[in-house]
Amino acid sequence: MVPIGHYIFLSAALLAIGTVGIVTRRNVIIILMSIELILNAVNINLVAFSRLVGSVEGQIFAIFIITDAAAEAAVGLGIIIAFFRNRETVLADEMDILKW
Amino acid sequence: MLDQVVFYFFAVLAVASAILVVTRRNAVQSAIFLVTALLATAGIFLNLNAEFLFIVQVILYAGGIMVLFVFVIMLVNIDVALHQVQFNRQWFVALIITAVLAAQVVAAIAVSRGSLYTMPAAPAGTLEPNTERVAFVLFHTYMLPFEIASILLLVAMVGAVVMAKKRV
Repeated sequence: MVPIGHYIFLSAALLAIGTVGIVTRRNVIIILMSIELILNAVNINLVAFSRLVGSVEGQIFAIFIITDAAAEAAVGLGIIIAFFRNRETVLADEMDILKW
Repeated sequence: MLDQVVFYFFAVLAVASAILVVTRRNAVQSAIFLVTALLATAGIFLNLNAEFLFIVQVILYAGGIMVLFVFVIMLVNIDVALHQVQFNRQWFVALIITAVLAAQVVAAIAVSRGSLYTMPAAPAGTLEPNTERVAFVLFHTYMLPFEIASILLLVAMVGAVVMAKKRV
C-alpha cells in the first residue's frame, strides 16, 4: 500500500486548491465547483484511513458526504438560477442586496 | 509496485485538473476539468479497494451532479460573464491566507507523522467483499443516519424546485 501520508498530502493539496477557488473567483458557479473539490478531498482522506484501519465505516461517512454534496449542489444551483433571474448576474461581489 | 504507479498517476491527474478548474476563464471548461478531477478521485477509491464508492462516485458525481452544473451554466448566459474580470480585487490577500492555511495543514501532518507512519496497514483482503460489508454496516449500525440523509435529500429536492420556479 502507498504510505498514508501521500494520501493526506493529496487531500491537503486538493483542499488548498479548492480554497483558492472559493476565495479568489468571482463566478458563483465556479465557487460551487471548488466546494465540490474540497468535499472530494475529505472523501479521499476518509477512504484512505478506512483502508489503513481495515474498517468499512470511513466509506459509510464518505457516502453521507456524497449525499450532502448532492443536496448542496441542487439547492445552490437553484439559488443561482433564482438570483440570476432577478439580478442578471452570476458574480459573487455583485450579490450585495443585503448590504446597506 | 503497480499500486503506486496507479496512485501517482491519478494523484497528478486530480491535482492538475483541480488547478485548471479554478483558473479557467470559461465555466464550461471548468466543469469539464472538474469531471476529470472527480474521475481521478474515483480511480484513487478503486486503488484503495473501495469498489462501491468508486461506482457511486462515477454515477452520482460525474454523471449526476456534473449534468446539473452544465445545465445551470447553460441557463445563466455565460457570454457576459466571460468578458468580465474573473478574479476579485482581494485575490492577493486571499492567496496569502490560503498559503497560511496550507502551511498549517502541512505542519499538522509533520507533527503527527511519527504516529501516522508507524501505524500498520490492515492486510489486503479485510475490506472484501466491499459492497456487502458497506451495506451491512450502513443498514445495521447507521440505519438512523441513513434515514435522516433521505429526509435531507427530500428537503433539498423540494428546496431546489421551489427556488428555481418562476413564480412561488
